[in-house]
Amino acid sequence: MASRLSEMKGMIGDYLPGLPRSAPRFVTEDGTRVFGVIATFSTTPAVVHAAELVRDAGYRKWDLNSPFPIHDIENSMGFRKTQLPYHVFGAAMFGVLLAAALQWFTNHFDYQTGEGFGYIVQGKPTSAWEAYVPIMFELGVLHAAFAALFGMLMLNGLPRWNHPLFSSESFLRTSDDRFVIGIEANDPSFDPEATKRLLEEAGAETVELIEEDA
Amino acid sequence: MSSIHPDQVTAERLAGLRSGANVPGADVNTGLGDGTLVEDPAVESPLVLGRRSFKDVTNIVCGYAENPAPLWWWLAFIPAASIAGLGTLMILYLIVTGVGVWGLNNQVDWAWDITNFVFWIGIGHAGTLISAILCLLKQKWRTAVNRSAEAMTIFAVVCAGIFPGIHVGRVWFAWFLFPIPNYNWIWPNFRSPLLWDVFAVSTYATVSLLFWYMGMIPDLATLRDRADLRLRQGTSKPLALAMPGGKALVFPLVKPDMIRAYVYGLLSLGWRFSSRHWHRYEAAYLILAGISTPLVLSVHSIVSFDFATSVLPGWHTTIFPPYFVAGAVFGGFAMVLFLLIPLRELLPNFKDLLTLRHLENMAKILLLTGMMVGFAYATEFFIAWYGANEFEWAVFINNRVNPAEAPYAWAYWTMIFCNVISPQVFWVRALRQNPAVIWVVAGFVTVGMWFERFVIIVTSLHRAWLPGEWGMFWPTWVDILTFVGSCGIFMTLFLLFVKFLPTFALAELKAVMPQADPHPDHHDEGETKRNPGEAF
Repeated sequence: MASRLSEMKGMIGDYLPGLPRSAPRFVTEDGTRVFGVIATFSTTPAVVHAAELVRDAGYRKWDLNSPFPIHDIENSMGFRKTQLPYHVFGAAMFGVLLAAALQWFTNHFDYQTGEGFGYIVQGKPTSAWEAYVPIMFELGVLHAAFAALFGMLMLNGLPRWNHPLFSSESFLRTSDDRFVIGIEANDPSFDPEATKRLLEEAGAETVELIEEDA
Repeated sequence: MSSIHPDQVTAERLAGLRSGANVPGADVNTGLGDGTLVEDPAVESPLVLGRRSFKDVTNIVCGYAENPAPLWWWLAFIPAASIAGLGTLMILYLIVTGVGVWGLNNQVDWAWDITNFVFWIGIGHAGTLISAILCLLKQKWRTAVNRSAEAMTIFAVVCAGIFPGIHVGRVWFAWFLFPIPNYNWIWPNFRSPLLWDVFAVSTYATVSLLFWYMGMIPDLATLRDRADLRLRQGTSKPLALAMPGGKALVFPLVKPDMIRAYVYGLLSLGWRFSSRHWHRYEAAYLILAGISTPLVLSVHSIVSFDFATSVLPGWHTTIFPPYFVAGAVFGGFAMVLFLLIPLRELLPNFKDLLTLRHLENMAKILLLTGMMVGFAYATEFFIAWYGANEFEWAVFINNRVNPAEAPYAWAYWTMIFCNVISPQVFWVRALRQNPAVIWVVAGFVTVGMWFERFVIIVTSLHRAWLPGEWGMFWPTWVDILTFVGSCGIFMTLFLLFVKFLPTFALAELKAVMPQADPHPDHHDEGETKRNPGEAF
C-alpha cells in the first residue's frame, strides 16, 4: 500500500509542474536552480556496478537511463516492483462487468420492461448468460490493454513536454549507446562535491552538472 | 574487458569466424550459412551478426528512416499507392452503386468479400503471435522480426476491416452494429457470433495498435534524439531535392531534422529511457503479451463461429476454431517471410539483424502449422464420412474434391498443393535454410490460404439442399480490383512504415545483444552447459 501511494504521489508531482516549489537547495553562480549531476558510462556492467554503489550510499532521488531495459535493474537500483498489474486487473474486471451489464440490460432487461423494445429474435431465452461470455472477455481485454499502456505512462509521468536532462548533449546519447546515472539535487543526501566524487569513484567517464531553465 | 558473450565466442568459433574478423561473412564456413546455423543444441547462435556495437545497430536501423528513400522504394511505392487508389475507387463505386456490382447472388451471398476479410485478419495473427506468444516463451530471436510483423498485423487488420464494413450494402447503416439506442427500437442481438465478431475484431485492432505503438515509443525517442543532436551540433543537412541533370535544389532554411525532432518528439511522449520507466514499461509489455495471447486465439475462434454456428454442411463443424487459428498463424508467417526476405536483400545490413537462423526458425513454424492445417483438412474429411451425414459428405465429395462433379475442384486442389504439399520441402535442411526456397514456398502458402477461405465459403454455399437452388459464383471485375486494391493498401502502408518508422525493435534488439548482459562473467557455470548430455 505504501509503495502504491508513493508511486501515485510521484505521478501527481510530474503532472503539476506549475505548483509552487520550495526554494532551490543549490543554485549556480548566476542563480539558476541545479537539477542535479549526471555521470555517463559506456558499458552495462560498469553502470550496474555504479548503480549498486549509489544505492548503497543511500540516495533516493536518482535514476539510471539506459538505451534498453537492463535485466534485474530493480534490485541493482533498489526500488520496489511496480503496482501496475493491480491497476490493470481492476480495469479488466471493470471491462468484464461493463460487458455483462450492457448485454444483460439490452438483451434481457429492456426487452422485458421496455415500452417498444419488444422484438425477440431466434427464440432463445433472453437471460442466457453463456452467450455473453465472448464479449465479456473481449471488453475485459480491451480495458486491460488501455490500462496497461496509459497506466504505465501515467505512473511514469508521461507524456511531458520537456525535462531538465534533455538540456545535456551527452544525456541524449542514452538513446543510442550511453548509460547515464543522474542524482537529483532534491535528494537529502545530495552534496555537489561528495556526490560528484562518488560517481567518479564508481567509474563514471564524465560527470556533468545539470541546470534547470526556470 | 570480456563483454562478448561466451556463447557467441563458441558459435563464432564453430562457424569458422575468427575473432577480430570484422567483415561479416569473410571467413564463414559454408556449412553454417552466415554463421548462425549452428546445430549444437548447447550453443546459442548469435542474434546479431558482424560483432555489431549498440551504436552500429542504432545507425543501421535509424538509417532506414533517415536516409533518402532508395530507388527501389519509389519503384515499389508508386505502383502500390496507385493500386491502393484504384481499390479506393472500387469501394466508392460499390458504395454509390450497390453490392450488385459484385458477383454475389441469391445462392452465394458471401464470396470474395468475406474470403478477403478472413484472409487478411488471418495474416494479421502472425504479428501478434510473434510479439505475444514468442515473448511469453522467451524466444529471443523474435526481436528481429517482431516490429515489422506487428506493423503487418495493423495493416492487415486495416484491410480486413474494409470488407465487413462495405459488404453490408448500405454502409451508412453500419452503426447499427453498435449498441446505440435508435428509433427502430431494436438492440443488436448479442447471441449472434456476427456481433461477437464486431467486438472481437475491433478489440483486436485496438489492442494490436496499442501494443505496436508502445513498443515503438523508445525507438521513436531514439530517432527524436538523433535529429535533436544533429540540430544542436549543426550537422543537420538542409532539404535537397534531386533534380534532373544531377544538380540538387537546396532549401537552406528547411531542415528535415526539424520535422523529425518535432514529429518523433510528439510521438515518443517525452520518453527519457529511465530505468524506473523501463521497469513499468516491461511490466506493461508483459501484461499486453499475456492478454494478447488469449485474444488472438479468441479472435479467430470467433471468426470461425460465424461459420460454425450455422447449420450449413461444410461450415457446421466443431473443429473450426483450432483449425482457423492454426491456419491464421500459418498464413501470417508466410506473409512475414514473403515481405521480409526481399527486404533483407534490399536494405543495407539487414542481414546482420535478420539472420538465416531467424528464417530457418520461421520455416520450421511454417512446416509445423502447415502440418496442423493438413491434419485439420483430413479430420474434417474423416468426420464428414464418419458422421454419416449425406449432405456433409456431398459437400466434400461433390462440391470440393471430385473434379468430375465439383466445378470448384481446382480451387480445392490448389489449396491442398499450396498449403499441405509445398511446405513439406522444409524437411530438407538445405531447403529450409535457403531464403529463395523459403520465399517461393511462402508465396505458395499465401495463395493457398486465400484459396482455403474461398473453398470453405463458396463451395459450401453454392449448392444448397435442393438441386434447384444450385448456382455458381464468378467474380466481377469490381470484385477482383477491390481485392487487388486491398493488397495495394497493405503494401503502401508497409512501405511507408519501412521508410518512416523504426523497422526493428531497437531497444529489444540491444537488450538481447551480448553486451547488454550486466554480469557477463557469471555465465560460465550455468548457461553454456545446457546440453542435457553434459549433465551425466
